[in-house]
This record gives sequence, C-alpha cells and structure tokens, in this order.
Amino acid sequence: MKPPPFEYLSVDSVQAATAALAAANGEGKLLAGGQSLMPMLNFRLLRPSVLIDINRIPDLAYLKDEGERIRIGALTRHRMIETSELVARQLPVLSEAMGHVAHLAIRNRGTIGGSLSHADPAAELPMMSMLLDAELELASAKRRRTLSASEFFVAALTTDLAEGEMLVSVSFPKMPPSAGWAFEEVARRSGDFALACVAICLERSGDRVSHVRIGMMGVGDTPMRATETEALLTSGRPLDDHLVAAAVGSIRASVEPNTDLHASADYRRHLVGVLAERAIRRAWSRATEARHG
Amino acid sequence: MAKSVSISITVNGRAYRHDVEPRLLLSDFLRIELGLTGTHVGCEHGVCGACTVLVNGDSARSCLLLAAQLDGAEIMTVEGLATSGGLHPVQKAFHDHHALQCGFCTPGMLITAVDLLKKSPLASDEEIREGLSGNLCRCTGYENIVRAVRAAADALKSENQESAL
Repeated sequence: MKPPPFEYLSVDSVQAATAALAAANGEGKLLAGGQSLMPMLNFRLLRPSVLIDINRIPDLAYLKDEGERIRIGALTRHRMIETSELVARQLPVLSEAMGHVAHLAIRNRGTIGGSLSHADPAAELPMMSMLLDAELELASAKRRRTLSASEFFVAALTTDLAEGEMLVSVSFPKMPPSAGWAFEEVARRSGDFALACVAICLERSGDRVSHVRIGMMGVGDTPMRATETEALLTSGRPLDDHLVAAAVGSIRASVEPNTDLHASADYRRHLVGVLAERAIRRAWSRATEARHG
Repeated sequence: MAKSVSISITVNGRAYRHDVEPRLLLSDFLRIELGLTGTHVGCEHGVCGACTVLVNGDSARSCLLLAAQLDGAEIMTVEGLATSGGLHPVQKAFHDHHALQCGFCTPGMLITAVDLLKKSPLASDEEIREGLSGNLCRCTGYENIVRAVRAAADALKSENQESAL
C-alpha cells in the first residue's frame, strides 16, 4: 500500500525538530532511518499530519569514546555500529548483536535512535541497551533529561518519550576487558525478528561468577533482565553443571511468553532455557580472571 | 493535497529536478515519474527486497524511502549496472549460472549483490547467503543465485588483480 498524505518538513537542528514536534500537537512523527516507520505508514497504521525528517541534522550520527562510556548519536546507522572498531573493542557483545539486526539494506539505513524509540519487543537494540545498562539522553524544546534503559522501555512499542521529545544519544558503559560475553538468538530465518534471545556479560573470580548481567527478549512484552537468574549465578556457588541447570530452570520459571503466529509460549520458554545455557557456557569460557579479583 | 517538495536527484548518472508529493515512495518515483520500471515492487513494506536500489552507494529498500527526503542524493537502479562495455560482472554471472527464473526478484538480488561484494569483496559462501537473506525469490532459485554471486566475486577479484598490475 501507499502512505496516507502528510506534510514533509526537513529540519537541521534538534531544536527545530523538537519545536516542530511540539507544534504538531501529537500529530507529528520523526523520520530517521524509516525502517520501522515507513512500513507502518505504508500499512496506514499511522497517519501523522507532519513527518519531520531529522536525517540532515549534523552531528547526530557519531560514536564517541568518553573514557568510561561509549556515546552513540541517535542518527547513527546500524551499519556504522556493526563495523565500528571502537564498539568491537569496548562493547564486543553489542558488536556481535548488530549482525543479527535485520539485513544489510536495512542496516544501511536504520538508526539506533529509531530502533530504541520504536521499542519493538523483539528487536536487538532495546534488549542490548537493557543488558548493558545504557543511558538515554532525551531532548525537548524545554529540557534535556537522561533515563536508564529500564526506565525508558514501558511496554511493547511504548517508551517514556513525552510528546515533543526526541532521543538524541545513548551511552553504554564500557565492558571490563576481563568480561566474558555471549549473544544467542533463534529466529526463523537469518535477519528475522527473534523468537527468543539471550545475551550475557559476566566476570569471574576463581570458579565463581562475580558479576553477571543477563538480557532476554521474545519472552515478554518488553526486553528484560533476568534478575532472579543473575542473583542465583552470583550467590557464591561455583559455576558447575548443577548451577547452570539451576540457572536454566530459574530463567524458564521467570518468564511469561506469549503464544503467537511464530511460536507457542511453551516453545519460547523452552528456547530461552536452551539459549541461556549456551550463553552462560560461552561467556564463562571467554571470561578471563579479573586482575583485581 | 500536502505541499509538494522540490528535489534534485541523480539517477544512474542523469540529473533530474522534480516536484514530488511528500508521500511519494522512491520506488514509485523511479517507476512512475521516471519510467524506470526495472526496480520491482513486491511487498511494499521492506520484507521482500525486490525494490532494493543503491542510495549514495549503499543498498536500501526504495519502498521505505520517500522521494522527498532524497534531495541531492545519487541513486543507482538495475538500469544503471550495465555499461556500453556490456553487462556488469554480477549480471553476467547471473546469466551464466541461470540465476533467474521468473526474474521478479532479480533487480533487487543484483543490486544487493553489488553492495555486498563492494563491502565484502572476499565474501565466503556463508557471507553471501547471509548477505542475500533479505531478498526473497519465490521461484526458490537460491542455489544458482548464490553460485552466481560466488562467481561474480571471483571475477571481480581477478579483474581487480589485473587492474593492479
């Protein structure tokens, strides 16, 4: 189908974009990569009165080393993140996840700000920002504020973005060099949305897990952290087959997946356990003893 | 009707100046306004890959872009691949390896393969499969398409080696 009619406005600054959004009284939409917005327009699921094109805002597409953190501009294309040396070095789990984001032609256009603002519960970037404790910087005509990823994602396709507010950047704390990590996903076809996905970052101290973060998606309305399983893995027990089995049981018990066209709830619950086991073992084998540990 | 937008755009090396309705998709701009019907329209929501073109050198779905946002852009469609010297090496490989049946997906496959081989000239078979995974062929002729892209990669590699000598 074809999009419904709308006015088109190209802006050259964040100020102009947020002013136009505010002036549109909730009828405006920002156009970044358009890889989620355009299908919704073509299906006429959305009928904005004005499309505000932010692609010509300078200095909104960047990857910056800020010492403790990596900051990524909202207009940064997936392909730039996928091929970034800085991300490969400091956020290797994110680097690996990027290869699972849709297809080459989509990654050439799609942006991190667009993916996070769209908040598809089966998209990789919202989950990775939960996993990595990302902070999101939002701007409106009146103010700037910073939210954690867990505050930002409210429900499927729903974020804490207010009317007239836009995401301008996201920052990720660098992973410790000794951290082990893994990204495990099952999708029906390469590049499809995940049926289930688990990503892990962990640090080890001797035969124990000292820190662990587990992100998962496809098993609830939003991407989530597996907090109970995280607590279990860091409860001081050595990481052996018993603990891995307990972690698998715990992550399965903690989710309430939905049944849909693509998979049943039971299958998704089964998958999240299988993926968690693979991810824990891979992350563990990659982790090196922390020097201070 | 919403106010039209004036754009200057280069398609296959030729410059155009057009006033377009904001909601006009690039795919329809190419096919209807410019008569370049080599770009095929399949699903119109970014899934099938038939309408893939190069935008400033990178592959993109033309059904997910507005003509209005492309002022100043350089587009290449399947019509731009062949030169007076003959078929593009990727086109020649598709011909040699019988990599098309009904031909509907072919323009998108060709453009995607061109971008893939530019970004990963030494693509492995797995990378070729992964690179083409966003393009659907409903004749299911994937094996020959992968073979053709493999052959094109090898042909482009020896071409580059020769030009380096």
